[in-house]
Amino acid sequence: MGSESRDQASIDFQIEGKSAVLVLSGTWIVGVPRPSPVDASARIKSISGVEKLSFDLRAISDWDSILLVFLRKCYDAAVEQGITVSTSDLPEGIRNLLTLSLAVPEQKSAEMDSENDWFTRVGLQTLRICGGLDDFFVFLGQFVIDCGAFVVGRARIKLRDFLHLLHETGGRALPIVALLNGLTGLIIAFIGVIQLQKFAADLYVADLVGLATTRELAAVITGVIMAGRTGAAFAAQIGSMQVNEEVDALQTFGVSPMQFLVLPRVYALLLMMPLLCVFANLFSMLGGYVVAVSIADISGIQYMNQLKEAVSLSDFFLGIFKSCVFGLIVAMAGCYRGLNCGRDAASVGQAATSAVVTAITWIVIADAIFAVIFQIIGI
Amino acid sequence: MSMNQEPKIAVRDLTMAYGDFVVMRNLDFEIKKGEIQVIMGGSGCGKSTLLKHLVGLVVSHSGEIFYDGKRFAPDASDFDSISRQFGVLFQAGALWSSMTLQENVAFPLEQYTDLPAREIAELVDLKLSLVGLAGFGHRFPSELSGGMRKRAGLARAMALDPEVLFFDEPSAGLDPLSSVRLDDLILELRDALGATVVVVTHELASIFSIADRALYLDVETKTALCNEDPKALLDDPSTDPKVIEFLTRGAASDKT
Repeated sequence: MGSESRDQASIDFQIEGKSAVLVLSGTWIVGVPRPSPVDASARIKSISGVEKLSFDLRAISDWDSILLVFLRKCYDAAVEQGITVSTSDLPEGIRNLLTLSLAVPEQKSAEMDSENDWFTRVGLQTLRICGGLDDFFVFLGQFVIDCGAFVVGRARIKLRDFLHLLHETGGRALPIVALLNGLTGLIIAFIGVIQLQKFAADLYVADLVGLATTRELAAVITGVIMAGRTGAAFAAQIGSMQVNEEVDALQTFGVSPMQFLVLPRVYALLLMMPLLCVFANLFSMLGGYVVAVSIADISGIQYMNQLKEAVSLSDFFLGIFKSCVFGLIVAMAGCYRGLNCGRDAASVGQAATSAVVTAITWIVIADAIFAVIFQIIGI
Repeated sequence: MSMNQEPKIAVRDLTMAYGDFVVMRNLDFEIKKGEIQVIMGGSGCGKSTLLKHLVGLVVSHSGEIFYDGKRFAPDASDFDSISRQFGVLFQAGALWSSMTLQENVAFPLEQYTDLPAREIAELVDLKLSLVGLAGFGHRFPSELSGGMRKRAGLARAMALDPEVLFFDEPSAGLDPLSSVRLDDLILELRDALGATVVVVTHELASIFSIADRALYLDVETKTALCNEDPKALLDDPSTDPKVIEFLTRGAASDKT
């Protein structure tokens, strides 16, 4: 090793009767062009009548692991052909490494062997999903039981931790909630004004913004923001506690993770979501106000009066009610994914991702269900 | 303290499995009060899993575990009262990262006792000083080294003066001196508190210095091969060669 010459790597087969010698020469290091091991093993497989293969490496000037890869491939190909390979001619270092790489046969896992057909795969997948549902119902059942414990006052949530959660899910989420809802109000008003101007009905932009905001958008947008912001955070926090065995430690002290980790988070979000929704309504209407006053021919007073006419208290409370449900969905999805997180770092990321996806999916589904129900009962 | 001869912990025909995958089967052993029981074996043999069964974190596939003759399982009525006697030191300490050391150690005391805050604080200071962490109470776990976290975890495990202490790989990640000190601490705790100690480890030095008995879990046969004093095991001709090989780092098999 250590030669400066960069002579081309090459191979040569010398076959004498029943024994073959593979002569390698030149520089065998990573990044330098060299004969392909695939061609060499194909060559070995194609020769017939040979019973013994040995290697001649005397002409090699420099080598690293890539030479071992080549030798190993040739070795495997020869063994497959029933050819005995003699490694005794190899330099000691290379021989030892090759022997080491052959010492433990490659682990063939049981699953890799069985090539499942389509029906088996569908069946297994279905079982897996059902198992997941099972886990979720266990979680839900435990949650309901422990909800009772909280009401009775047996669960032990530290006030300081709870206040911290309230701050985290409430106050610190307010700026982004306000910004995004303000912009949404602005956009709706903008589209509305352009359309309504055609009928000289600019004033009704207040109805449009007011109703869309209070009944639908404030709750949904706040829910989606909280899913991305807080739901993911819950899943990641609880998930990394799971990885770190902190959840196990809680359990060995007889503290239910449900009471200590899940309940405070669910209650915090359940309390803060309606408040955030109130702010979301306010900022969305403000966004509409800005557009109405600046682009349309409406005065501020007119906009406010029209808003008061258009939006009833029941519209407002309907949105608030929805936001509570969305808050519950976000918190439950985050905590459920966190508690069911695997035991390595990658699964914390997965838990956070699936918490967000689950929460947003269920928010949209719940919203659709509400739309139908409210239509039927006529609110 | 009663003088009955009943073992502190009795494991009867325990089989551990994850789904269909059997980790260990037919485990049957007893641990006497005040003994230090080591659970040893190669990597991945199920040592930590056995510990999780013993503390009730995992439900056994079949078989039973008894503490003082009382059946221990999550559905048993005594589950809470039995698990209250436990102190567990997890592999990486498993301190609650949102709490300071002081709060970590105080947590079990607040959970289970009605002591006034002042007494809890005094007890916490005492426990922290026992593991050499006096004055670190206001630090968060992230501000400590791995060894300090482990010692803090021990302080938390000792908070309620447990009757049974469990250690999961206590010397993993510790330098040789710290690991010897931890071994000494384990011996002192046993002598002072009369606690029963269960240690999962494959650190030979600590096996020989602390173990009264060592249970060897074998990956291949998926069961325990022996449960004796490790020093006696070496001299006993009937000891399974695998155990001898394990206890001598393979030196015994090289000679033959």
